[in-house]
Amino acid sequence: MSFVGEERRPGTRRPRTRRRRRRREIGLAFLLLSPSLVVFGVFVFYPLVKTFSLMFYKTPPFPGLPSRYVGFDQIRDVLTSSDFLESLRTTVLFALYTVPTGIALGLLLAVVAHQRLRGIAVFRTIFSSTVATSVAVASVIFFTLLNPQVGLVSYWLGREGGTGILQDPRWALPAVSIATVWQTLGLTFILMSAALQAVPDELLEAAAVDGAGAWTRFRRVTLPLLSPTIFFATVIGLISAFQAFGQIDLLTEGGPLNKTRVLTYYLYQAAFRSNNDGLAAVLAISLFAITLGLTLLQLRLIERRVFYAR
Amino acid sequence: MRSVAAEPSAPSAGASGAPGTGAGRVTLRGVTKRFGKVTAVSDVDLDVDDGEFLVLLGPSGCGKSTLLRLIAGLEDPTEGTITIGDDVVDDVEPKDRDVAMVFQTYALYPHMSVAANIEFPLRSRHVDHGERTRLVHEVATSLGLNGLLDRRPAALSGGQRQRVALARAIVRRPLVFLMDEPLSNLDAKLRVQTRAELIDLHHRLGTTVIYVTHDQVEAMTMGDRITVITDGVVQQTGRPQDVYDHPANLFVARFIGSPPMNTLAGTVATDGDAPAIVVPGGRIPLPASLAALMAGHHGRDVTIGVRPEHLAFGADGPVAATVTLVESLGHERLVVCGVGGGELVIVRLDSDEDVPAVGSAVRITAAVEHVHLFDSVTSARLDGAPVP
Repeated sequence: MSFVGEERRPGTRRPRTRRRRRRREIGLAFLLLSPSLVVFGVFVFYPLVKTFSLMFYKTPPFPGLPSRYVGFDQIRDVLTSSDFLESLRTTVLFALYTVPTGIALGLLLAVVAHQRLRGIAVFRTIFSSTVATSVAVASVIFFTLLNPQVGLVSYWLGREGGTGILQDPRWALPAVSIATVWQTLGLTFILMSAALQAVPDELLEAAAVDGAGAWTRFRRVTLPLLSPTIFFATVIGLISAFQAFGQIDLLTEGGPLNKTRVLTYYLYQAAFRSNNDGLAAVLAISLFAITLGLTLLQLRLIERRVFYAR
Repeated sequence: MRSVAAEPSAPSAGASGAPGTGAGRVTLRGVTKRFGKVTAVSDVDLDVDDGEFLVLLGPSGCGKSTLLRLIAGLEDPTEGTITIGDDVVDDVEPKDRDVAMVFQTYALYPHMSVAANIEFPLRSRHVDHGERTRLVHEVATSLGLNGLLDRRPAALSGGQRQRVALARAIVRRPLVFLMDEPLSNLDAKLRVQTRAELIDLHHRLGTTVIYVTHDQVEAMTMGDRITVITDGVVQQTGRPQDVYDHPANLFVARFIGSPPMNTLAGTVATDGDAPAIVVPGGRIPLPASLAALMAGHHGRDVTIGVRPEHLAFGADGPVAATVTLVESLGHERLVVCGVGGGELVIVRLDSDEDVPAVGSAVRITAAVEHVHLFDSVTSARLDGAPVP
C-alpha cells in the first residue's frame, strides 16, 4: 500500500500499520462471509459430516434407545443386501430407459423442427412446452392416462378395468420412465435445437456439393458437431435420473413389489418412513459416490471423445 | 484439356464426362432467382466454355454469389435453365452435378483431420480405400499439404486452410470448380501469392472455373473473361482488357479500374470547329468516330469518361482546374483536381513527372482516342465501334 515518491522517514510505524490493516481486512472478510458460512454450515457441512458419521451407527429398533456404534458392519450389510442391489438395479434400469430414449427423441424432434416449413414455429413451441411442466403436473397427467378405470392409455391397450399399468410389476418402471422422458423432452429438444442451429449451413452445403446425401450429411457432419451437446445432455440426464423422486412418489410410491423403488426413493423410505437413519446414511453416501463417479467418468470421456469446435 | 498427364486421373466413380468433349461447359438461359420480393438474379444468360476461367465480378450484394449457388444447385432458380455439359441440371441434386465448390470461409469440416477433409468427396462417392489414399496424397503433395494431413483445421493458418479447401475441391476432378471469394480471407501478400498459384493450377488442370469476387484486380489478373454484375443483372461479359478498354456502361466504367474512370456530365457542342463536349471548366474534343456519331446532336446531355492515365497537364489543355490533393504511391502519383461545379477528376502521373503544387491553377488535356461517351439517361456506352 505504499506510494512511489511518498516521503518516508526511517523508523516510522508503517510496517505495523500495514499488519494491523491486514488483520482488519481479514476480520472484515469473515464478517461479510459469516451469513453464508452459517447457512452452508447448518445446511451443507454439518449434514454432510453427520451423514458420514451416521453410517457407523446402527439405529435402534425402538426410538429412545441409544444408537450403537457398529463400525463398517452396517455399510457392508447394506451394500450387500438384496434390497440395496435390487434398488440399484432399478435405478440403473431407470437411467437406461430414460436417458438414451430422451436424447434420441429430443434430437429427432429437433431435426424435424429444424426444417424450413410453414408453421414450423407452432411445432417448436409444442415440442418445447414440457420444459414449463413440473414433475408433479406430468405425473398427474400420466397417472390419469394410465388409470385402469378412466385412463386413455389403459383403454387403448385393452386393459381397462384390469390391473393398472402402474400396478403391474412388469410395466410399472417402463411406464414411469415414459412419463419421465415426456417431462424432460422439452429441455432436451431445446438443447438439441440450439446445437443444430449452431451447425454452419456452409458445412452442410459443402458436404452436399461434395457428394453427400441427406443421411451422410447428418451422420458425418451434423452428428459429430452435436456431440458436445449430446454428451452434456447425457450428463444432465443421468444425474437427474439418479435423483428422480417426484414421479416415483406420485405415480407408484416405489411399488409394485419395489419394482420402481430407485435409490432416492429407498433412501426416502429409510429416512422418513422407517426412521432408520443408519440405513439412510449408507444409501445417501452410496448415491453420492455413484453420482460423483459417473460425473468424473463422463468428464474423462468427454475430454477424449468429444469434438469441441474452435 | 482435362487429362493432363501429370495430374490425378478422374476417379472412376465420378460422373465425369470424357475429357475434351466440352463436358465442363456451363450455360445459363434466362436464369432468375427471387427471394420473396427481392430479385437477387435477374434474367441472366451466360456461356462458360469448357476449361475457361470465368470471373463473376460485382459489388457485394450484387447477386454474384447467388448465381454461383444456383450453378452448384444450392439454390433453385425461380425461372430459367442451367446446363452443365449437355445435361440440364435444374432437377439434379448438388451431389450429382459433379461440381466442386470452394467457399469464402472454406467450410472445412472442423471435426475431421486435413486428410479426412480432402478424402470426404471421395468417400461420398464410394471410391475404394486404396484409391482414396493415393489421390489424397497426390493432391496433398501438389498443394504442399503433406506435413499437415493429421492436423485439424483449427490448427492451420488461413493460407493452409485455403489450400485444404482447394485440395478438397480438386481431389475428385470435377467438371467445374465454383469458387466463392476464396482469397478474401487471406492477407494481402498471401492473396497475391495464392492468386498466382490458382492461375497455375487452372493451367495444369484445365478444368472450368467460375470464380466470384468483388476485387477487380483479381478479376483482371485471373479471368479468361469477366462478367460484371450489379443488382442481379449482367452488365458486360468479355476479356478483361476489352472490358477495361470498352466498358459497356457507366457502371462498368466506374467499377473497373483503380483509381476509377473520371466521369463528368456535359453537353454535345457541334457549333465550333469540331464536335466537342462542354464540361465544367472547358471543352473536351472528341475523336473522329465519336465526333461522327455526335454530329447533329448539338445540345444533347452526355457523360464523358476518361481514365486517370489518359489525362495530363499541359499549358494548352482545354479544361481549367485547381489542384486540391496529391497522393504519392511510389510508382505513380495521383493528382486530384477540382474542375468547375465542384467536380473532382484524378490525373495519374508517373513518379518522375513534375507535379503541380496543391492550390495551383492547371489546365488538363485528355488523350482524344481514349475518351468514352455514355448516354446520360440509359448510361449505356455511345460508341461508333461494336463492343468486342
